[in-house]
Order: sequence, then structure tokens, then C-alpha cells
Amino acid sequence: MAQMLDDDPRIIEFDVRTDEMLVNMGPQHPSTHGVLRLVLRTDGEVVSEVEPHIGYLHRCAEKIGENLTHRQWIPYTDRMDYLAAMNMNLGWALAVEKLMKYQVSEKARHLRVLIVELNRIASHLVGMGAYGLDLGTFSPFLYAFREREKILDLFEEACGARLTYSYITVGGLTADLPSGWLVKCEAFLEQFEPIIQEYHALLTTNAIFVKRTANIGVMSPELAIEYGCSGPVLRGSGVDQDMRRDGEAIYTAMYDSYAFEVAVMKDGHYPRDHVYPAVPADAVLGDCWHRFFVRMLEVVQSMDLVRQAIDRYSACKGPLGEPLKLTEKMPAGDAYLETECPKGQMGFYLVSDGSAIPWRVRARSSSFSNLAVAHELCRGCLIADVPAIVGSLDIVMGEIDR
Amino acid sequence: MAEFLINTVRLPAWLAWSVTAGVAAALILNVIAGGALVFIWAERKIAGRIQDRLGPTRTGGKFGWLQSLADGLKLLAKEDLMPDGADGMLFRLAPYVSFCASFCAFIALPFAFDFIGQRMNVGVFFVIAVLGIEVFGVILAGYASASKWSLFGAMREAAQVVSYEVPLGMCVVVPVMLAGSMDLVTIAEKQAGWLTNWYLFHDPFTFVIFWVYVTCAVASVNRAPFDLAEAESELVAGFHTEYSGLRWSYFFMAEYGSMFLVSALAALLFLGGWNGPVPVASLLGLSEGTGDTASYFVRLLGMANLLGKASLGVLIMMWIRWTLPRLRIDQVMMTCLKYCTPLAAAMFLGAMLWQIALPGGLVPGLRRPAGEIREGWLPGPGGAFKVRSADVGKVVQVSP
Repeated sequence: MAQMLDDDPRIIEFDVRTDEMLVNMGPQHPSTHGVLRLVLRTDGEVVSEVEPHIGYLHRCAEKIGENLTHRQWIPYTDRMDYLAAMNMNLGWALAVEKLMKYQVSEKARHLRVLIVELNRIASHLVGMGAYGLDLGTFSPFLYAFREREKILDLFEEACGARLTYSYITVGGLTADLPSGWLVKCEAFLEQFEPIIQEYHALLTTNAIFVKRTANIGVMSPELAIEYGCSGPVLRGSGVDQDMRRDGEAIYTAMYDSYAFEVAVMKDGHYPRDHVYPAVPADAVLGDCWHRFFVRMLEVVQSMDLVRQAIDRYSACKGPLGEPLKLTEKMPAGDAYLETECPKGQMGFYLVSDGSAIPWRVRARSSSFSNLAVAHELCRGCLIADVPAIVGSLDIVMGEIDR
Repeated sequence: MAEFLINTVRLPAWLAWSVTAGVAAALILNVIAGGALVFIWAERKIAGRIQDRLGPTRTGGKFGWLQSLADGLKLLAKEDLMPDGADGMLFRLAPYVSFCASFCAFIALPFAFDFIGQRMNVGVFFVIAVLGIEVFGVILAGYASASKWSLFGAMREAAQVVSYEVPLGMCVVVPVMLAGSMDLVTIAEKQAGWLTNWYLFHDPFTFVIFWVYVTCAVASVNRAPFDLAEAESELVAGFHTEYSGLRWSYFFMAEYGSMFLVSALAALLFLGGWNGPVPVASLLGLSEGTGDTASYFVRLLGMANLLGKASLGVLIMMWIRWTLPRLRIDQVMMTCLKYCTPLAAAMFLGAMLWQIALPGGLVPGLRRPAGEIREGWLPGPGGAFKVRSADVGKVVQVSP
């Protein structure tokens, strides 16, 4: 421990160190995003060690999955990353479809893209708003929720639920869109687009925000890969990986005809297909600011994808197709599939013995790996940086504990 | 009032003065407490409007105007909790220290000419000093709560407020130097007349130092972006984590009281006090020092002026709070030690040299001493409140 602190140049007060104090941050704490418990070893304001304790939200979802048929388990995936339930549904549905070698109709494929990208916007809005809250600014949180509310209204109209949708299911979707939905969706995108500039003004380019996030919690690409980080956390470190482009065929086929550029900094700049603020001089690749910024860029990227999906979906003739029966038998064997969820790569693994009920179900959570790196990032930071760093990882406890 | 009691009611002097003091104290206490309730309500409404929501709407009929009072009643009814390991006496004492310090400072705060609890020749000094005691309540609360988060809050408060009092003191000294008095009434009186007489526009240095004062004032009353002592996303609720019910509400009232106090102080020191941008009263030939009914209304107008300016200051603080993220403790200290303190010192020096080099200002005609405008009723040294009867009702011509 002492050796470790000695090596770390960020700990400037090493020679005047006094007694250490153990502080429990959570599980009841305003900025731990649910029921995360962080044990901080502090010396005054300087944090020398952060140890995350998890399991407060464990609901044995995987075990339950081994007692239900594939389609019956969909509602349990909703409750993993409850901020992006559509993406969770899709991940499981695709894993089962991969095992069954099932192909959904083209219309259902485009509708799935439309829905999950819309949910990605909603999830990133929460991530962004809550991050502002972590840094002590309240209003962007409500501005983000105001827009998310409109997405939830759209979802409610499509599937009847506002948070746990179970809309995307094995073999397609539970229902087609109601008439007039696409017009409303387009109107929302139209109205939402200029608001992103407001978020940039309030957060991304705000001097205090930059001071609080730039060069804080810097994660090298090697470290990110070592800990299995994924999603915006990985891309914030400059690693060019996105499952929508680099994933397995059954998943990337969904995005085949779509034009999008992965939001990652390459050769010192982000994709230049949109107008966005310049990277501040203080920001270092892999710090909190970059993780946040990648999310903001992905909101724009998802809006683009939603627009493309609307065009393709409305161009599709023919029926949407019915989802599989609840008791449809799966072939014996196993399948693992990772999809690009808003928080990162979410993987589902299932082993089947030939019945409709999987013999084994496992989920690989992105937030779990993303949180694991927190203790590396928080070493030697100040107490105020702990919410800033953990918030920039954008974790959801429902997904970590399952 | 005391004179009235002694001369007309024929009370003994000690009783008359005690009654007067009691009435004045009750007035100040209730007006400020009522003001705090209004500001708490206003903050909720403003926060609501800033955040695209309504804020309180139902309590008290329209606009939820009784919301603060209803909240107060709720707090009264709450269980009186104290953590097991807490230092009982200090834990109970702390809210009152903060509350008393914040409210005591109002004694020396003039609301208009002659509308003042106790006029002091060291008014500025008294207000700043008493306001400084507020931090003791916070430190006591953090220390006595037996909670690590509270302790962090208290340590931050101690570091922050004590540091910020240095540049704050320097900012306050500049108007004192210009007026040649520490008496808040005199300082405000010297700024009578047109807008250009305000110390904010006295010279470039005072203009800059006003903004330094604003920064330091926000920091010293613990408002965002300097609200580190209670930083809710980091320290749960900082020093008042373990407080609930009425004790918590005392901290809350103290916070709003202090906010109003530093805003009123800014108005008195830099923004002409109770003198409006246009000297309406003296243009109409009225004076506030004469003691007749007209002068009473002039003073009421002055009070409205001061309250308006101070409320504007409070509103700006609210606006800032709901817009900006919070700074980190090292950044807060850096703002103080690296920017505010040197800047305040340099501006102090600059204002002093300006005073020597250009005592009449850049355009001498623009800044006319208050005495010229109001024809000499301004109390001179030692002659406070004395008014020459010849000046009563005299119409004064003012060239713009």
C-alpha cells in the first residue's frame, strides 16, 4: 500500500500524511447511482483507495432464467439495465435467435434498430443528466429528463410500458407500431436536435464542468482493455470498437445498410459528420470529459440511425411477422452473443438441452467490468472526484447485480 | 420611540430603552425570518421555472405562496433526532450559533436612512465580523454530529470560509476608504445622487472589485458553485447530514438570512444603498432627513430601493445555483488564493492611487458630492441626524 502510494505522483501530500479514515459511500448515498457501496480510504480529502461492494440488488435473474422459457425471461432482461430495457431485450432475443438460427423479417429488423437506438438516446440522456447531478448542477438533469419523457411517451404508445418494455422479443416484436407513430417520432427528433446544443452549453463546454472532468480519472487504452471495459467507457479511451460494426454477423446484419461512424477519437479528432464543440485544451484522451463527450456524440449518432431506420422501416412492405411461441423448443447446443448496449457490451449466454427452457443462462454485464476499473481511476483523487469518476462510467446497478 | 415613552408615557428611562430594544429586535427578527421564508419560496419557484417545471402551486391558494410556512410546520412536527455518538450539547447549540450570527448582523444593517437597528460607527466591521461567527455553528455541527460526512463538511467550511474572508475584507475596505467611514449609513449617503455616484462606477478599480466581492460573498455564504460544505452529491448533506426538523430549519434560515445580508451589503457598499439610480426625492425637493411625513415616505422609498437591490442579488445567487456545476475544494481554494486575494489587493491599491490622482473622477461634473445635491442636510462628522430647518422643503435644482 505504502509503496503504491509512493509511486503515485498524484498523491502530493505523502510526506505530511496523517491518520487514514474509512468512509462508506453508499449504499444510501445521493450519487452512487442506485445501491452501490464504495468504501473509501481517505486521508483528509485525498482518496487513496476505493473499493466497490456490490450485490445489494441481486435478484438471481440468471437462475430464474433456467426455470423459464426463452420468451418468458424477456421481462427479467428488462430489469437488468432498466434505463435501456429495449437493448437488453434485443440482446437476449438475438442470442436465442442465434441458437435457433432464426431470421426475423426485414421490417422487424428495421423496427428493432429504430427502437433500440431511440432507447440509446434515452439512456444517454439519463447518463448525461445524472452526471451533471454528480457534479452538482441540477438543471441539466431535468432538461435531460424532459426530453427522455418524450421518448418514453413514444415507447408507451408502441408497447404500453414506460420503463420495462418487453417489446422486442424472441422472433420479432410483440406488436407493430400504431399508426401515426413515425410522424410523432420524427417530430420529436426535429424538436430534440437543437436542444443538444443547450446540453453542450450547460455541460460539455461549461468552464467549471471542464475543470471538474478534464484530466480526471484518465484511463489508458491498455487499462481499459485489461479490465474488459466496453461501450463509451472504452471508446472514451480512444479504442475503436463498437459491436454494431465489429460484432457477430447476426447482430451486425441489423446495421448492414446503415451509415454511421463509430464515435471515437481517431488521429486527434472525433468523426466530423456533425457540428460539435471543440475538445478543450485540458482534456486528455481517456478522462471523464471524453467519456462524457462520446456519449453526447452517440446521442447524435443514434438520432441519425433512428432517421435512417424510419426511412427503411416505412419502405418495407409486407407483414412484421409474429414472434415465436412461448414454448418454442430450442435446438440443443449453446450460444453467446454480445450486443452494443448504451452502457457497453452486454453478452448473453445460454445452453439448451433441446427444450424450450434453457439449461443454463448467464449474462455478461458491461457495467460490471466498467465499475471494476474504478479503483484504478480513483487512486489519489479527491473525494469530489469519486462521484465524477464513477458517474462518468455510467453504471446501472440492476445490470451489475442482475 | 424611546423618547416618546420617556416624555409622553413617562416610563423610567431603563424600561423605555428596554421596550424599544425589544420592539426593534422583534421587528428585525420577524422581518428577516419572514423574508427568509419568502426567499425559500422564491427559490423553489425560480428553480422550478428554470428547470421547466412549476414549483409549488397549491399551498395557500395561488402560486403555493404558503409553501415555506407549511414546510416549517412540518419541520416543527418532526421527531427530534440526535445520533447516538453525537456530542449532545454542541449538537444542540450549533444551529443557534449559526442562526444568531446570521440574524445579529442585521442589527447594524440600515434599510434606509434612519431605518436601522443600531447605527454604529464601525457598521461594516460589525456586519462582517458577526457574519464570520456563522461558520462556528457549521463547524460545531460537523464536529458534534459524529458522522464522517459531517466532519468533511465542517473541514471544508472552515477552510473555505476562513480563506474567503480575506479577499472579502479587502473588497469591503475599498468603499470604506472612499467614504472615509465605516458607518454603513455614511457610506450609503455618500453615494446619493445620480447613478454615477455609486461606488460601483466610482473608478475602474471599484468596478472590478465589486465582482470580486460578489464572488467572495457567494463563497462565504456557501452558495453554489461554492456550496462545498453541504455538497450533496459528494457529502450526502455535509455538515447538516444528521440534522432534521427545526434544528435543520435553523441552518436553512441562517443560510437565507446570510444570502440576503451579503446582497444588502453589496447594495450598501457599491450600489448606492437606498439611493436609487435617479435621485427622485431630491429632484422633487424632498429630503429623507427632515422628520416630517414626506421624509417618512422618502425613507420608505429608499427602503424599497435597498430591498429591491438586495433581492436582486439573492435572485442572481439562485440563478447561479441552478445553472452551474460545483467546484472542487482545491479549485475553490485556488480561486480564492490565486485570483481573488491578489486581485482584491491590486484593486485596493489601484482605488487608493486613483483617489490621490483623480479625486474628482475622470469627468468632474459627472460625480457631484451628495452634499451639493441635497444642499447640506447631510450629517457631518459628529452631527448625525441634525437637520437645518431652513432646508426643509427647499427645491433644489440639479443639473444632470
